Amino acid sequence: MTATTERQAGQKSKTMTMVAAVNDALRIALERDDKVMLFGEDVGMGGVFRASDNLQTLYGEERVFNTPLSEAGIMGLAVGLGIAGEKPIAELQFAGFIYPALEQINAQMGRYRQRTQGNFPLSIVVRAPYGGGIHSPEMHADSPEGLVAAVPGVKIVIPSTPYDAKGLLLAAVDDPDPVFFFESIKLYRSVKGEVPEGHYTVPLGKARIAREGSDCTVLCYGGMVEVCLEAAAAAEGAGLSVEVVDLRSLVPLDLETIAASVQKTGRVVIVHEATRRMGFGAELSAIIAERYIEYLHAPIVRVTGWDAPYPPFTAAEHMYRPDAARVASGIRKVVEY
Amino acid sequence: MTAATLLPDPRLEGTLSVLAPDGSLLRPDLVPDDETLLSLYTGMRRARVFDDRAMVLQRQGKLGVYPCFGGMEATQVGAATALEHGDWVLPTYRGTALAMVRGMSLAHILLAWRGHPAGYQVDPELHILPFYIPIANQIPHTAGIALAEKRRGTGRVAMAFIGDGGTSEGDFHVGVNFAGAFGAPAIFVIENNGWAISTPTSVQTAAKNLASRAEGYGMPGVRVDGNDVLAMYHVTREAAERARRGEGPTLIEAITYRILPHTSSDDPGRYREETEAQAWKSGRDPGKRLRAYLESRGMWSEAQEQQVMQAMEAEIKAAMLLADQAPEILPEALLEHIYAEPLPEMLEQLEEIRALGALE
Repeated sequence: MTATTERQAGQKSKTMTMVAAVNDALRIALERDDKVMLFGEDVGMGGVFRASDNLQTLYGEERVFNTPLSEAGIMGLAVGLGIAGEKPIAELQFAGFIYPALEQINAQMGRYRQRTQGNFPLSIVVRAPYGGGIHSPEMHADSPEGLVAAVPGVKIVIPSTPYDAKGLLLAAVDDPDPVFFFESIKLYRSVKGEVPEGHYTVPLGKARIAREGSDCTVLCYGGMVEVCLEAAAAAEGAGLSVEVVDLRSLVPLDLETIAASVQKTGRVVIVHEATRRMGFGAELSAIIAERYIEYLHAPIVRVTGWDAPYPPFTAAEHMYRPDAARVASGIRKVVEY
Repeated sequence: MTAATLLPDPRLEGTLSVLAPDGSLLRPDLVPDDETLLSLYTGMRRARVFDDRAMVLQRQGKLGVYPCFGGMEATQVGAATALEHGDWVLPTYRGTALAMVRGMSLAHILLAWRGHPAGYQVDPELHILPFYIPIANQIPHTAGIALAEKRRGTGRVAMAFIGDGGTSEGDFHVGVNFAGAFGAPAIFVIENNGWAISTPTSVQTAAKNLASRAEGYGMPGVRVDGNDVLAMYHVTREAAERARRGEGPTLIEAITYRILPHTSSDDPGRYREETEAQAWKSGRDPGKRLRAYLESRGMWSEAQEQQVMQAMEAEIKAAMLLADQAPEILPEALLEHIYAEPLPEMLEQLEEIRALGALE
């Protein structure tokens, strides 16, 4: 199995950071469809991470604008615009600010299609910078993807490369359902990659084999992919062949790719920044146990944030957020069982 | 109690009235044309007959929990009649009269309160959204819909209803503030009926005047006698015209009274004396008020009254027959319309449900 690529032959590319790739995708989305509107706290001036840099200048204050400071309002506004047939791209300034918006997400965004029996589908993208690793203040490093994954009716995408960030974001904009697009804050400027110019999409629900291997499977996404790749490279030195699966989208989930990898290696490590209890790894563990337990040679190991809040005292965050050493330890545990 | 002995209610202080509770005319300048007068009256009568009948149907086991609105029909019928085709209405669960005026069929309404999926398939052309069960969630949506219409320059407005209790929710503040900040063509109607289930407005908030909150949002706030359909029609029409002129949203506080239980499942005897409710029921009934005025002008007769009532009874009967013919609910209904295309796991769950059915 090889990494998926939807890039067209002959398409020119540029080396860019992930935040630049997000910006490029937003620009193309605004250019392609007049119904696309971009808004959130400080989005007009480019946003606190500069993801919407220059877009208000290009597309005007009617389409790219600041909202009052309320996440519930931003989500509710997106639902209203969606009801009226617009294509909102709403930004939550930090994923850790999602909590006041959960009612609009769960009671409204995820239910509107069913409540109207398909007559008012909502094509909404919600972008949210998530995760830690940059010593940000309290509530600025949360990973709430598991909370959102518990909401029927919404999808969840989490890219780990600039190429995927642009292609998945453009696919999310085209998607007929509400899509949450979590962007790793740590990766915004720390990774660079080749990104094709112009429009392309990476389909939702297709995982990417970030590294092939045969001794154990590491399931991860977003900001943890580079950490897992580092651990896998180190394990190679110890003679272990580790397969790293970048899930890219949690809902829909690529069960086929997970199944193929688990059946090949029989050993699974799941890695994410969120708490272990009810983190997305809990769902992955249950799915693998329910479907593929006969292929397993060892109990599943989860390498995750602890069952505690992301530390408000950020000088301690390196002990909370999984790093390559902890992932390597998880790999040893599952391989040596 | 007759209208003559009706005591003033402090809740109504500072509200606009066009008709006094006994139907005498206070504001000749605010009386709409004859056609509108008759449509307001028949709209109220039809709504009240439906509401009475729905409570009976619920007791007979033919509807699920039903949130009755009887006695408050002027607020809803007046506001909905004031809008144009193409304007949006976001009702609360108590908004059945709004839906009726906006043209939602009775069969559809019955199916909705019966909990049948067909009752949820709202016609997008009517621009009436489903009855909002979660409190105040519709308020930010109204800001969004109104902003979309403003951006397109359609001249359409979006109107949301909310109860007095609902104004305590964060989403009320958030949504009204968003609409104000965007100058969106929105109308927010607080249907202040004095009660949030068992909690009176005096326990809900120290504010005596919910419309005065409008000042904090930079928009006009209007207090109106919600049992005076002509006043309700007038203030909503003014708010809509303001919105269409690009002057932004309006907050309307309609003072009415919940003379009935919260829903068919509620027993107000557990938490209130019925004297106040009785006074409103007998002395401030919105239908009687407009009928007295229409009769004083020779515009309404007992024969016409009987005709409307009988036509409505027949219409409800026909709607019940239609509702009874709604298709059997299949397990697919549980997993349809969650996403545009069901996820693979959902298809597996559907098979699971079907297998359970086969076991029975």
